[in-house]
Amino acid sequence: MKFCFTDEQEQFRTVLRRFFVEKSPATEVRRLMATDTGWERATWKQLNKELGLSAVHIPETYGGQGFGFVELGIVLEEMGRALLCAPYFSSVVLAATAILNAGTEQQKQARLPGIAAGDTIATLAFTEDNGAWDSAGIEMVATPAGGGYRLDGVKSFVLDGHTADLIVVLARQPGSSGDDGLSLFTVAGDAPGLARQLLKTADMTRKQGRLKFQSVQAELLGEAGGAAAPFARTLDQAAACLANEMVGGAEKLRESAVDYAKMRVQFGRSIASFQAIKHKCADMLVDVELAKSAAYYAAEAAAANDPDLPAIASLAKACTADAYMQTAIHTIQIHGGIGFTWDNDSHLWFKRAKSSEVLLGGPHYHRELLMRRWNV
Amino acid sequence: MSEADEVSIRAEARAWLEANWNPDVDLVEWRKKLADTGWGVPTWPKEWYGRGLSAVQGAVVEAEFRRIGAVGVAKTGIRMLAAATLFDHGSQLHKRKFLHRILTGEDIWCQLFSEPGSGSDMAAASTRADLKDGKWIVNGQKLWTTSAQHAQYGLLLARTDWNVPKHRGLSYFIIDMKQPGITVQALAQMNHHASFNQVFFTDAVIEPEFLVGKLGEGWKVATTTLMHERRSAADGISSWGQESGRVGRAYDQERAEIATVMEPYKWYPQRAGRVDLVVERAQATGKNTDPVVRQEIAKLLTLHRTGQWISSRARAAQQMGRTPGPEGSLGKLVASHVARAAANVHTLISGADAMLTGEDSPLNGVIAEILVSTPATSIAGGTDEIQRNIIAERVLGMPKEPGLDADRPFKDVPRNIVS
Ligand SMILES: Cc1cc2nc3c(=O)[nH]c(=O)nc-3n(C[C@H](O)[C@H](O)[C@H](O)COP(=O)(O)OP(=O)(O)OC[C@H]3O[C@@H](n4cnc5c(N)ncnc54)[C@H](O)[C@@H]3O)c2cc1C
Repeated sequence: MKFCFTDEQEQFRTVLRRFFVEKSPATEVRRLMATDTGWERATWKQLNKELGLSAVHIPETYGGQGFGFVELGIVLEEMGRALLCAPYFSSVVLAATAILNAGTEQQKQARLPGIAAGDTIATLAFTEDNGAWDSAGIEMVATPAGGGYRLDGVKSFVLDGHTADLIVVLARQPGSSGDDGLSLFTVAGDAPGLARQLLKTADMTRKQGRLKFQSVQAELLGEAGGAAAPFARTLDQAAACLANEMVGGAEKLRESAVDYAKMRVQFGRSIASFQAIKHKCADMLVDVELAKSAAYYAAEAAAANDPDLPAIASLAKACTADAYMQTAIHTIQIHGGIGFTWDNDSHLWFKRAKSSEVLLGGPHYHRELLMRRWNV
Repeated sequence: MSEADEVSIRAEARAWLEANWNPDVDLVEWRKKLADTGWGVPTWPKEWYGRGLSAVQGAVVEAEFRRIGAVGVAKTGIRMLAAATLFDHGSQLHKRKFLHRILTGEDIWCQLFSEPGSGSDMAAASTRADLKDGKWIVNGQKLWTTSAQHAQYGLLLARTDWNVPKHRGLSYFIIDMKQPGITVQALAQMNHHASFNQVFFTDAVIEPEFLVGKLGEGWKVATTTLMHERRSAADGISSWGQESGRVGRAYDQERAEIATVMEPYKWYPQRAGRVDLVVERAQATGKNTDPVVRQEIAKLLTLHRTGQWISSRARAAQQMGRTPGPEGSLGKLVASHVARAAANVHTLISGADAMLTGEDSPLNGVIAEILVSTPATSIAGGTDEIQRNIIAERVLGMPKEPGLDADRPFKDVPRNIVS
């Protein structure tokens, strides 16, 4: 395990930070979050043309840049910091990773270059109305039909599900349960029989859709009935990525809280001179640095194919979610009345913290997974 | 209260309500009757629209109102803080002019304390009131003023002397909000409501008889208001008493009141965390069988109950005429803990649904509203940090931090530069 970024990685981060400060200031976040789509092709294209961000962790043979999860983690941390409104987590982290893990060579050749170039927006549809984050909750059935498959059922909480061009869907053979009989499929966003609805989410910066499949034609991705392992692996890698995104947001909040405290005067002195505020800020720093350690370690574990990744990913997801939420609560508190207003930006990150806390499973869920995965 | 006492008060209240309550009365007429007979606020003194009953006796009367479904006097909002303050510091004129219309709901009130530069440090208010030709002329700005958009009257803390230390240069006024010198601008909140406002004063006028307490003693009067605010924050509005589906003109009028002038308080139950919904939600989602969720719910319910019992102890001690113990000062802080813990438990119970809002989210948006409203509880009415300072200094007798601001003329104290 490396505990330090290389100089090249630090330079990469610097470039990204500068780019997002310019392209995704809070005013832009507010503009995009108010739209139904939630993001804009123009910025997305630029992001990919100038920096090739969608290609980062995709191997060169599939049109990618061939970096790994550490670099992907850096991208996510910076996006989380900037609260970038873009279908990155859905398309690159979830869908591309699922295709990499499950697809046949031919499917990877066919699907990944479009995602890597940013031309295709993809997503992964797995959670259903029951809100379960693992395979146990999958009820959607895939029935073989004329050489292909037909999907029936509902997927919910699908990131960018209402706008994606390509949807990777997890479904099961009729009559199967648990990890058995699971397969992944690909479906075109405009496939007949697919009804897509934008969900109203508290975090307006990351859109979600509810997708109703009625006899929708689908292409099998990878091996029939063999999706449990690649799906579980995708979730672990995604949890490591989300952890990195969360620490980016948490650090941004912590900085804004400290900056505000230094500026605000009450009782004839800076509120930063009160120990109550200092201790809160010091605690936030400790929380965020612990969380960063977890997130970075998880990214390394993902990059290194560490067999302990499942446990580490859960550890990181739970730890960073708690840290992000706690930092968000402190940040609003330190801002006082201002922090509760719509015009102050704190609530944008607060809401992202809340949705990220729950996305891919909450802290209690992941702590339980951690215990199981460490055989406790 | 003896049992006989309780039985006779219950019987008397019941008989009166049975003889007088009719769901088709006009709401204001009914409330006038309640004020005039003392049944609306039986714990108030006899000479001021009450019956001089104790809190425990008052609760008996309230239970009778609930039993028969009778609408009560207007009790929510700043109006009750105004009434409590006027009881302690108001003149006969103030009580005569305002108390009755507070109870009937004809007047809405707001509290004009916080400013852009002074929130926790409320004594650093810099809105000024200057005496000109026998009238007070007000200039400046207030911030976070809940309900200012509906209010007829405001409780105003303004600076009348800049050459003395901050606490000594303030005066407390009742200001008529419906006058040309006052502009109210709504402020949007992170929970999609806009219950608080900015209020701008440009040569707004106050008649001299609407000074409350003595000139320069505004801090003392404001402290009374705050004490009542913090106590009522501890009690919390856990939900509106309104039951849907009740038929009658008085109910319709009360519903209309809640939808319009009481609209700013619509989310207040949610900001307290809606502990009342936790068990029902856990059962509805089946999460009540999850041992982890059970532990978290049990912790929350314990915190909530013990918090209520603290308030009950404080009230009981007060009734026995005992000197108030520390229990009376803790409620506001406990309410913050409860609200935060409740938001966590609701998230845990709702799982993925906790990401949704509006009609897509559980209970038609109520759960989502809890999650984005609870942060207000630890700020409004005095922050948690200020509550802790008060507890440490006043209850535990710990020394104040050395201050630079309380011992010199206010004009010489460093302040925020507010544009
Ligand atoms: C929903 C809502 C409704 C409100 N309604 C009203 C209303 O109707 N009328 C009205 O007048 N006001 C109202 N307020 C304002 C409220 O009283 C103030 O927001 C509050 O007192 C905090 O003041 P501030 O916002 O200026 O924060 P600040 O005082 O600037 O505080 C910023 C941070 O510094 C901390 N801090 C400040 N001083 C100290 C200290 N000595 N020691 C340690 N920490 C300290 C605070 O705890 C906070 O964390 C409302 C506020 C909210 C959120």
